[in-house]
Amino acid sequence: MQRYDAIVIGGGLVGSAIAYGLVRARLRVALLDEGDVAFRASRGNFGLVWVQSKGDGAPHYQRWTRHSADQWLTLAAELEATTGIPVGHQRPGGLHLCLGDVELEARHGLMERMRVQSGNFGFDYRMVDRRELTDMLPGLGAAVSGASWTPYDGHANPLNLLYALHKGFVENGGRYLPDNTVTEAMAAPDDFRIRLAGGEIGAPKVVLAAGLGNADLAGHFGLSAPVAPLKGQILVTERVQHVLPMPIATIRQTVEGSIMLGDSQEDAGFDTTQRPAVMQTIARRAVLALPWLRDVQVVRAWAALRVMPPDGLPIYDQSERFSGAFTANCHSGVTLAAAHANLFAPMVAGGALDPALELFSAKRFDVSVAA
Amino acid sequence: MVEGRTVIVPAGASAAAALLAAGFASIRQTPVEGCERGPYCMMGVCFDCLAEIDGVANRQSCMIEVRPGMRINRQEGARVIGRPLPFPPREAAEKQV
Amino acid sequence: MAELAIIGAGPAGMAAAVLADELGLETVLIDEQASPGGQIYRAIERAEPRTPLGGDYLAGQPLAAALRVSHVDYRPSTTLWHVDPEGVLFLETAGRSETLTARRILLATGAVERPVPIPGWTLPGVMTAGAAQLLLKSSGLVPEGRLVLAGQGPLLYLAAAQLTRAGAVPAALFETTPLKNYLEAMQPVASLWAGRWRLIKGLGLISAVRRAGVPIRRRLRGLRAVGRHRLERVAWEDGELAADYLLLHEGVIPNVQVSLALQLRHEWDEAQLCWRPSLDAWGQTSLGNIAVAGDCGGIAGAEAAVLTGRLAALDAALWLGHIGTAERDRRAAPIRTALDRERAFRPFLDRLYRPARSVMVPAEDEVIACRCEEVSVGTIRRATQFGAQGPNQLKAFTRCGMGPCQGRICGPLVAAIAADRLGKSIAEIGTWRLRAPFKPITVGALADLEVPDFASEPAT
Repeated sequence: MQRYDAIVIGGGLVGSAIAYGLVRARLRVALLDEGDVAFRASRGNFGLVWVQSKGDGAPHYQRWTRHSADQWLTLAAELEATTGIPVGHQRPGGLHLCLGDVELEARHGLMERMRVQSGNFGFDYRMVDRRELTDMLPGLGAAVSGASWTPYDGHANPLNLLYALHKGFVENGGRYLPDNTVTEAMAAPDDFRIRLAGGEIGAPKVVLAAGLGNADLAGHFGLSAPVAPLKGQILVTERVQHVLPMPIATIRQTVEGSIMLGDSQEDAGFDTTQRPAVMQTIARRAVLALPWLRDVQVVRAWAALRVMPPDGLPIYDQSERFSGAFTANCHSGVTLAAAHANLFAPMVAGGALDPALELFSAKRFDVSVAA
Repeated sequence: MVEGRTVIVPAGASAAAALLAAGFASIRQTPVEGCERGPYCMMGVCFDCLAEIDGVANRQSCMIEVRPGMRINRQEGARVIGRPLPFPPREAAEKQV
Repeated sequence: MAELAIIGAGPAGMAAAVLADELGLETVLIDEQASPGGQIYRAIERAEPRTPLGGDYLAGQPLAAALRVSHVDYRPSTTLWHVDPEGVLFLETAGRSETLTARRILLATGAVERPVPIPGWTLPGVMTAGAAQLLLKSSGLVPEGRLVLAGQGPLLYLAAAQLTRAGAVPAALFETTPLKNYLEAMQPVASLWAGRWRLIKGLGLISAVRRAGVPIRRRLRGLRAVGRHRLERVAWEDGELAADYLLLHEGVIPNVQVSLALQLRHEWDEAQLCWRPSLDAWGQTSLGNIAVAGDCGGIAGAEAAVLTGRLAALDAALWLGHIGTAERDRRAAPIRTALDRERAFRPFLDRLYRPARSVMVPAEDEVIACRCEEVSVGTIRRATQFGAQGPNQLKAFTRCGMGPCQGRICGPLVAAIAADRLGKSIAEIGTWRLRAPFKPITVGALADLEVPDFASEPAT
């Protein structure tokens, strides 16, 4: 049996960020992953490092997200320096456009609520009126009434991020074990063994980061991860010369020049077929915001499944029954990558999650406890 | 009109053929590295024949039949839409007024 | 609502459409070109009787003529960009998108040239041999300047003969067929005998090219295209030659872009070194309402395409209730006999012109694998070291396959490179997940889309 200091189950953005953080802390880590064809929310990601919409009514989520967004700058620089892969991180702030006055007022209300809830931590935002917005964004549509802006938002290349994390993991001595699905596992406090096609592996720590797969896996390790799929579709255009100065919540221009349009939500179970009706909705909203998009060609599109906890907030937990078992689940694998690598991984290495993460425990879904 | 010069081609010729007939082996510069490219497959599969036709960029010139007066131009890099960055600062705009 | 929607107006599509129409099916024929013929019979309606393209090309005229007098709803300049599992086709024409519902779909998307990834293959002036034929067919033009042809396969010699007749005598023809192919090709003796007239015709073509004064070099290795901003020289292991145009050809492979996007079951054909959809004897695929005909189901040539097109039309007529099994089988019998004759020669051709290993997996790291995104073979190899186990993960890590061609050109290359690196077979490596839009479509056309009622509504 091959022994490691930690086993991470799941090689997506969440798993690979945690695995990277662990090898950086000098642990010997095995990273289990499926094969080339898998749900892989990481490959369907839009690429926002987004803060402003996170945590209405849950200031701990806003704080966690802000920490991650701040750590992102160092993570990006470190990954680029050590792996040579540019993750394309930019942080010009971000806009959330509103169509019509009702939407704008509601947005303003949300921003104010976030500010009040943040207390001393603070939440800096600005409502941008139509006149100023027209200067910032070329060819703004007539239906746009205004936008909210915060300095915390940015974007990055999620695929390069995944590649860089994997490369950094392997180059730091991590062991990547793909083409594996965990079906046979044995859990005991600080002693976990998993049987694979190539033999058995064991470690005193295990981190469940298998995305949608966590829902079934969690129970075997004394954990709970009630995540469900939420389908989203994205459209990508041909490359155009740079026109957008910053990401808009549902529209962003990549470093290469292509423009991504997205943010649909469909309750469709595990079905990942594309629906033209949804593509149309995305296209229509994009054209309302920036009418000149009408003539731009969509060259690629896809549908992917977000990993969605019941209230949208991440689930971070450690097992009480089997100490040494942890889990991380979220739909914002890009935004939270820095928190996962720089904050969560060190907690796992140290053997216990910070009390600050208790609010993210799956216990919150236990109605009797909440009462 | 290919790059401003008039070119006569047989009826039914594609815009890519017109570019080749006008002596341009290279039709565009790639958006990534700026390398020169010309048509490769002539059947709409390779997308290497992208040219600007009648003002619209990124069009597969091998799939478009030449029409009298059509304006065919090489394509340099990515397509241009609206105003490119950086925008003139607001202070400067006010001064002009 | 149509009964039968056929994608592709090449020989298979045209033959299927005409027969389906005769059998009383409401048939729609969709094609992205402005006139019928596909690639092999491109611009056939404009062809002159004494065309340098030769008699085999002219054989396409009756097919196109039959299409025109039929009642087939023929939609040229129309691009298919998505198919819903329920049988709704999403089409784009003149910047507008529209839908068409069909009870049955027949894919007849033909073949594409196998990529020939030699150093310098992205230089302006380097094209496929088929491209030169298309230039001749649709535009009546030939490349001007010193022309070199390189590769192997019947199309290479045909192109050389056609170009010579059109006045563009190649400066050289380089054959890349490895010596061992000749030995392998002699083995299926039955195939050789069955195709003896083809063989004789082919040899006649080769000697015609020689008589025209074209130097032919055999067993060429280390082919390279050299130049700064365009092709200047063609080089190989033992020498080099100044050239303005290099026409490459290493055979054709099925155009499986749409069939893969529909997630039909495919298999790796080791004899032809390509992916093709799994079909029964009538062209039926793994999805009940979809069938395939012609070269996109496996390379067999234009005459075979006409025959498989007709078989698919007969089967469609049965499936849609227009004829009974007995009539279908009766009509099919002579078609099958002819098809067997057409296919008999294939094993010989497949072995003789089997691409050398370097065509599948280039030795040099600097060779561009993905032309659109300018990703080199080396970049792809390196990515397999760091977690990419197959084409989809490779695409995510290196961007290969993300460009406008959506992996049409680089797909076979990427799979072969990955298989080689990971010690797996190409069949195990698999293909990438392809998605709509099959061809680019504007944001505006998508925004204006009118989706039929029974397609699902979004929850947004």
